[in-house]
Amino acid sequence: MLKKIKDKVLANRRLSEDDALELFETDDIFFLGDLASYIAEKKNGRKAYFIRNRHINPTNICVNRCRFCAFSRSKGEDGAFELTIDEIISKLKVQNSKFKTKNSSLITHHSSLPFREVHIVGGLHPDWPFEYYLEMLSTIKRSFPKLHIKAFTAVEIDYMSRISGLGLKETLLALKRHGLDLMPGGGAEIFDGEVRNRLCPEKISGERWLEVMETAHIAGIKTNATMLYGHIENYGHRVDHLLRLRELQDRTGGFQAFIPLSYHPKNTEIGGFYSSGIDDLKTIAVSRLVLDNFPHIKAYWIMLGEKISQLALLFGADDLDGTIVEEKITHSAGATTGESMTEEQLAHLIKMAGRIPVERDSFYREVRN
Amino acid sequence: MKRLTKKEGLRYLKNVDLLELGRMADNIRKRLHPEGTVTFIVDRNINYTNICINKCRFCAFWRDEDDPEAYLLERDELFRKIEETINLGGTQILLQGGLHPELDINYYVELLKSIKENFNIHIHGFSPPEICYIADRAGFSIKKTIKILRNAGLDSIPGGGAEILADRVREVISPRKIRSNRWLEVMEKAHRLGMRTTATMMFGSIEEPEDIIEHLDVIRRLQDKTRGFTAFIQWSFQPGNTELVQSSKFKVQSSTAVEYLRILALSRLYLDNIKNLQVSWVTQGLKLAQVALRFGANDFGSTMIEENVVASTGVSYRVSKEDIIRAIRDAGFRPAQRDTYYRIIKRY
Repeated sequence: MLKKIKDKVLANRRLSEDDALELFETDDIFFLGDLASYIAEKKNGRKAYFIRNRHINPTNICVNRCRFCAFSRSKGEDGAFELTIDEIISKLKVQNSKFKTKNSSLITHHSSLPFREVHIVGGLHPDWPFEYYLEMLSTIKRSFPKLHIKAFTAVEIDYMSRISGLGLKETLLALKRHGLDLMPGGGAEIFDGEVRNRLCPEKISGERWLEVMETAHIAGIKTNATMLYGHIENYGHRVDHLLRLRELQDRTGGFQAFIPLSYHPKNTEIGGFYSSGIDDLKTIAVSRLVLDNFPHIKAYWIMLGEKISQLALLFGADDLDGTIVEEKITHSAGATTGESMTEEQLAHLIKMAGRIPVERDSFYREVRN
Repeated sequence: MKRLTKKEGLRYLKNVDLLELGRMADNIRKRLHPEGTVTFIVDRNINYTNICINKCRFCAFWRDEDDPEAYLLERDELFRKIEETINLGGTQILLQGGLHPELDINYYVELLKSIKENFNIHIHGFSPPEICYIADRAGFSIKKTIKILRNAGLDSIPGGGAEILADRVREVISPRKIRSNRWLEVMEKAHRLGMRTTATMMFGSIEEPEDIIEHLDVIRRLQDKTRGFTAFIQWSFQPGNTELVQSSKFKVQSSTAVEYLRILALSRLYLDNIKNLQVSWVTQGLKLAQVALRFGANDFGSTMIEENVVASTGVSYRVSKEDIIRAIRDAGFRPAQRDTYYRIIKRY
């Protein structure tokens, strides 16, 4: 009964597994939107956040070859690439100068930094030593001391702990010492073992993913969490995924945002189809309602598209991600969005949805301009 | 539900929460189409020429006669396109083009006749600006012109060229195009002759909410008189490559999803005498089109084997018939192919 669920939400009571399933199964999207908006507003008021950020993928060479992924390559394969640290730095610098010449007025309003955050995720490179990642972080920090570095999914962290032989905690602490500020939430996919085996047999298990995140949170590193949906999973798997995240968040409080990622089928081994716009909005809303201990739900515009991510702001999301600048992973799998948005475009989408645009830093602190 | 007044319509458009509007529109859609069917038509947009003397400022499709990209479709090419359409299960062609300075009524008559002589296909053609242009050049009345075209093979008239049926807006975005009353006159005359037409609206340029209400109201009033509109189709102005955006006088941004759904839902509420509302997946994308099915729309429009006008603005969501069928089904509806008159041809 939806009425019962509504009463629970209004009384501030936690939703059960059955409740979550029922929410996924209802076709009353207006009910979902209203209730999710109620919670979103309770947590974040009428605000919706965006960030000036830039994505960098150091390599697409990956020893895991997940079947839903169109980005990864084997070493020596056509299209494989690897960036040197100098190339990473110059990417950040090139964007700096471009930004300055094209939008000089913006620069004077803001600090001298065009981006507040760099988002770094990449493949599991077979040859790079752990020191390479440490040097990457420290060089970026040295070159751009004010830039926050959000880097490395739990999958990469696990891999680094194996190549370094240091164990999870020491690996994370070393990365932190060299400049890691926070971690993205990728690699979560769907936790359920059976689905995961069919989707990405070589990738770390759901349990291990959660263990990496728990260790990061204990080490004082905030992270996000994601869920890749719309491929071979069912609603039950989604609910299981959300509940496991909620359980960990109860213990650590280290997750900032949850980001449901809609599957993109192009150029992937498992193929299939894009999720529907209705499923996208539903998933945002159910996530908002079930993850009562997550401060933020992000509608990642690269994956949802500008249009659905804007609507997601009326279905419980309070964050659109950011300017991005360059995006390779989703675009390898058939994303039809552009690769970058200006802060004016992001703010416009938010305003037209009747929300208040707020530029944030990596930790959801408002940036005063 | 009681018929909305203009004043109420304006209040709904401006102040009512989008999800609330959506819920109301969805309920009306359910009442009008209780079986949960969402239809589409297999057709092709054939633009016989892009040469146009109107040169509307919101349009990226027109060319001057001496422009290297200017064209007038050869008969062979036209026939090839129609044959391809029929082979793909198509039942209709949407035949529209610019106002070409060299063409007279004989061209259009011959065009229609030659198609009908060679193919069994429904011709949905010549929007009101074209009809008026043909009539004016021939010195015939609109009624006589429509009759001649109908006798030559024209089956129904598309609702294009309506843009916003408020002359205040038309003077700015399409100063050379027929005014609102002539657009309505063409439709009324066509309806009186027993022809069915659609009605359209292009929003998101320089209009105010009042203009949108005015547009919906004149359509509703005409429909009360004639019952000749089969469907209402709205899309948002696509600013790419258009003079309206390139001239610095206007600051026009692409309409967002929220505005599209708001105007769609309001149209469903306001146009209580028009049964079918189309989504514009070609301008909004499949995902938003799916959502639009819950904000009042019940028809996915055309599969658009070919589309040139929107594509010239740089926006182009191309999809296959299978994509459309799947999109409808994934949105929770029963897909069905229809003909021009919304009769079901095939269920999927």
